[in-house]
Amino acid sequence: MANLPILSSIIWLPVIGAVAILAFAGFNKNNPERAAGFAKIQALIVTVLTLLLSIKMVLDFDVSNPAMQFQENIPWYGMVHYALGVDGISYLFVLLTAFLMPLCIIASWKSIDKRVVEYFAAFLLLESLMIGVFCATDLVLFYVYFEAGLIPMYLIIGIWGGKNRVYAAYKFFLYTLLGSLFMLVAVAYMAVTAKTTFIPDLHKFAFDPAIQNLLWLAFFASFAVKMPMWPVHTWLPDAHVEAPTAGSVILAGVLLKMGGYGFLRISVPMLPFASNYFAPLVFVLSIIAIIYTSLVAFRQTDIKKLIAYSSVAHMGFVTMGIFALNATGVQGAVFQMLSHGIISSALFLCVGVIYDRMHSREIAFYGGLVNRMPFYAAVFMLFTLGNVGLPGTSGFIGEVLTMQGAFLVDRITAIFAASGVILSAVYMLTLYRKVMFGPISNPKLADISDMSLREIAIFMPLVIGALILGFMPSLVLDGTNSAALNLVNQFHAAFR
Amino acid sequence: MSVEVLAQIVVFAPVIGAILAGLFGAKMPVKLSMAITTGLLFVSFFAAAAIFLGYHQHTIHLPEAPIQFFKWLDVAGFTSTWSIRIDAISVVMMFVVTSVSSLVHLYSWGYMAEDPHKPRFFAYLSLFTFAMLALVTAADFMQLFFGWEGVGLASYLLIGFWHQKRSANDAQIKAFIVNRIGDFGFVLGIMSVYMVFGTIEFKPVFAAIPSHVNDMMQWGIYSLPTMEVIGVLLFIGAMGKSAQFFLHTWLPDAMEGPTPVSALIHAATMVTAGVVLVCICSPIYEVTTFASGMITLVGAVTAIFAASVGLAQNDIKRVIAYSTCSQLGYMFFAAGIGAYQAAMFHLFTHAFFKALLFLGAGSVIHGLHHQQDMRQMGAVAKPMPLTYAMMMIGTLSITGVGIPQTQFGLSGFFSKDAIIETTFAASVNGAPFATFAFWISILAALLTSFYSWRLAFMTFHGSYKGEAHGHHGDHHEAHAAKPHTAPAHESPLSMLIPLGLLAFGAVFAGFFFADAFVGHHNAEFWGSAIFNAPTNHVLDERHHIATWVLYMPLIVTVTGLLAAIFIYLMNEGMGKKIAKAGGFIHAFLFNKWYFDEIYEVVFVKSARAIGDFLWKIGDGKIIDGMGPNGISHDINVISKKSVKMQTGYVYHYAFIMLVAVLGFGALIIFRKGL
Repeated sequence: MANLPILSSIIWLPVIGAVAILAFAGFNKNNPERAAGFAKIQALIVTVLTLLLSIKMVLDFDVSNPAMQFQENIPWYGMVHYALGVDGISYLFVLLTAFLMPLCIIASWKSIDKRVVEYFAAFLLLESLMIGVFCATDLVLFYVYFEAGLIPMYLIIGIWGGKNRVYAAYKFFLYTLLGSLFMLVAVAYMAVTAKTTFIPDLHKFAFDPAIQNLLWLAFFASFAVKMPMWPVHTWLPDAHVEAPTAGSVILAGVLLKMGGYGFLRISVPMLPFASNYFAPLVFVLSIIAIIYTSLVAFRQTDIKKLIAYSSVAHMGFVTMGIFALNATGVQGAVFQMLSHGIISSALFLCVGVIYDRMHSREIAFYGGLVNRMPFYAAVFMLFTLGNVGLPGTSGFIGEVLTMQGAFLVDRITAIFAASGVILSAVYMLTLYRKVMFGPISNPKLADISDMSLREIAIFMPLVIGALILGFMPSLVLDGTNSAALNLVNQFHAAFR
Repeated sequence: MSVEVLAQIVVFAPVIGAILAGLFGAKMPVKLSMAITTGLLFVSFFAAAAIFLGYHQHTIHLPEAPIQFFKWLDVAGFTSTWSIRIDAISVVMMFVVTSVSSLVHLYSWGYMAEDPHKPRFFAYLSLFTFAMLALVTAADFMQLFFGWEGVGLASYLLIGFWHQKRSANDAQIKAFIVNRIGDFGFVLGIMSVYMVFGTIEFKPVFAAIPSHVNDMMQWGIYSLPTMEVIGVLLFIGAMGKSAQFFLHTWLPDAMEGPTPVSALIHAATMVTAGVVLVCICSPIYEVTTFASGMITLVGAVTAIFAASVGLAQNDIKRVIAYSTCSQLGYMFFAAGIGAYQAAMFHLFTHAFFKALLFLGAGSVIHGLHHQQDMRQMGAVAKPMPLTYAMMMIGTLSITGVGIPQTQFGLSGFFSKDAIIETTFAASVNGAPFATFAFWISILAALLTSFYSWRLAFMTFHGSYKGEAHGHHGDHHEAHAAKPHTAPAHESPLSMLIPLGLLAFGAVFAGFFFADAFVGHHNAEFWGSAIFNAPTNHVLDERHHIATWVLYMPLIVTVTGLLAAIFIYLMNEGMGKKIAKAGGFIHAFLFNKWYFDEIYEVVFVKSARAIGDFLWKIGDGKIIDGMGPNGISHDINVISKKSVKMQTGYVYHYAFIMLVAVLGFGALIIFRKGL
């Protein structure tokens, strides 16, 4: 075990699981039910094993060391290497992905009834590719994982999605394609100029300040779509609405974080002058995201759309924190991404609970659920408060740190961002009132049942996660501290 | 037991009760969850009383450093530690919070007897108590903010406790959001503190103030004096929580919650958090002029505004709610002119007499089967003699009855007169807005006396004007069968005992503690908890002011009483006529100066309209219309003309990926010459 390359194990285990599922289904063509049953069990076992491996990796991680750890390096093609490694910024994203996956598998247990085998195989492949993004220390490998991860997601929306899935998948595709083309050009240029694609080496390479702005914009096109930042955010509400519940969880919980991660891994350390130059632009877009999408969220009639818009607003805090370009802001941004990974995932799962029962996402369809579903009401309340950023939940820490980071740089930005704290309370509490409180208005809800044991099992880890990170954020911040400081110091060193 | 152990018992006993009742309330007998929460609250109270009385009697010395548990946050000096700060302010507040809270727990046994969700109610009450204690014992701004939001959450949950009621749902959201508007300022204030001082812990921040007095801070293109900015921002937070002018609109609506909640949260404790914040931050406000002047002005305006609205309300709880708002105004302008000790003293006595008034009103509401409209009351004194007696004590205390220059008076007399006198002393010194605040304080005292006695007379005296209980069907019959005395019943002992104990506080708390809080030994009592600039002597100067000032409060109080007697006792029905004759003035007061209507248009409706606009026009027409949908239209046109491929988008995508990767590979190979 000692010599086992842990990152590769984490990445490839789900692939092996997916292949096994597909192979088993191939041998059992006459018995699709047996194949489906096997696929579920297999997917659960594989994701749990991946989670255990990730936990081991996190426990073995040395938080005082700001450099890449658990490095692996195999030449691939030309200067491109299969190079893996994690540092304080990335290792917790691996854990987050591995943590959410088993929950997604359990959440899909009953709600998926067509092409079950392919569904679970797609999820396992998705897990592998997403973890790959956070582990890649080669720019080309990063690009491959970054783009390839979209394919299973695109299939999940396009095949297992709702009525307008084709439109949603198309929109998702168009936006991300646009971004990735620019990014590809930039990756190529950087590789050729620096004569390396190894990310830690690229961090040390000083790109010509004159060209940095162009490169930065190219990456920005891709990362901004992924975040998503205003005004390239409109694919997200549609994608969420059409995606199956587990798809939404992964989309909000992990895929959105790739944009923020990209800024931290590539834009800021490799292109410091451009990052500094464009920081005011990012501030403005972040503020617009926070205020604009909060106001839009307030008027939504579809629960999933509302939460999707709220995600855009919360990602606004992330971009603001990153481009504060100080330790408080960067740490806050990483924390906010992890926290949002828990809270928004839980909120989408909350929607899934009632959608599975009633097949409606309309806010107006519901009302008075607290009378029939007290346990569900308590869980939904907790994550509503988390989304509102109440101290004691993880949501607060991310918001306050990113705002503090921005405040140190520009007070006016912080004023606008702080107004988002009011607006999030407006739309979330209004949503909660409409869905939960009052008498049961719709006769169809008269017999709706409270959460089952399976559903409680999904939510318990999320509840614990949101509260533990709320009361003991040091668990995360101690891990991100040295890498964030290193990033910020190197950034500022470029100007000396 | 050492002070440290006692303080931990004070803070943690309520949260244990909240967790047990909240998580396992459904699985245990209802009475058990009530007994656990109430019992633990009394344990907490006895510990708090031991510290408070011991400290007052000089048998206990308070530790210098706070008790620390573990780090909450630690990022680049932005450090917060879960801790219990033990100083005079926190000792006083622990006593106030746990005493009122334990009595409210006990009272709820009777008041909530028929409610099917008692474990949840008691869990929320205990949770609130814990959050309030975390607030008052914080050693840094972040933990204070944690408690601040925690009490806001408990308030939200309890206002909407009867969640079937739409009005309760609306009120709870309003409370949370208006408080958040205050928090907006508060958070910016905390951030300013961190930026200027590099820390958010009270001790180092306050110690470093002298070297930052003349600092300037850049806000966009404006350069503003740092300490004034911090002072104003923190005060905006206080305005939200303590329902001060402009941010007061949530408090009267919060009366939708059960009455014990109104007594505990919306009168005695939570709403005073803003005052506590300003007093803790006395080292900041002692070096500001603009910020402290703003506190004086806002406090004074609130005091008179709320008192004027209180004149015209008919809901018994709303009258008391506006009275609370008005009394909080007193506390604020006292703090604004630098008499933090007087503000804390009034907070202390107010907790007892206002909780008494609320719980007394609750007893009446309970006795009259949930009737809250005073126009449907009258003659309740006879069937509820004990409640009547308690309410009389509360009214005498809030109106500040006492004989100047002696020690004869109720609690309100000691604290309110301390505020009025220090404000006069400050006005002599020329403190900003102090003269205004002084005359407001006299005028508001007149109104306080009038509306308090109006409430007492309309409720307890005269003839019963409501319907006979049980005749809800036909109004005409009910009116015909109108009984002469109210069909009420006296409340059970579980409700009367808390009333009695609070009445004791409403009578004697002022007399017992005036010397320590605002007397000659106040500096010794408050120690390092409250800071007074070397030039600030208002508390001593109040002993040397003109005699007429000392008698002014008594004169206006008696005037208000006589007016109330004349209008509501001797000429029943005259109040109605005055209201009618009042025309616009009455409508203006009755409608609370039209704040809700204005806010509805300016904020609520405009937010909806802007939200709709951004969604349908911004996202829909502009971004999507010109972006993906426009392109999709173009692609459709092109694809129809081009080769008919399979429509699967996956294919497109994979194809482009392939081309891209190939192109990239070719580029590398080409450049490197491999």
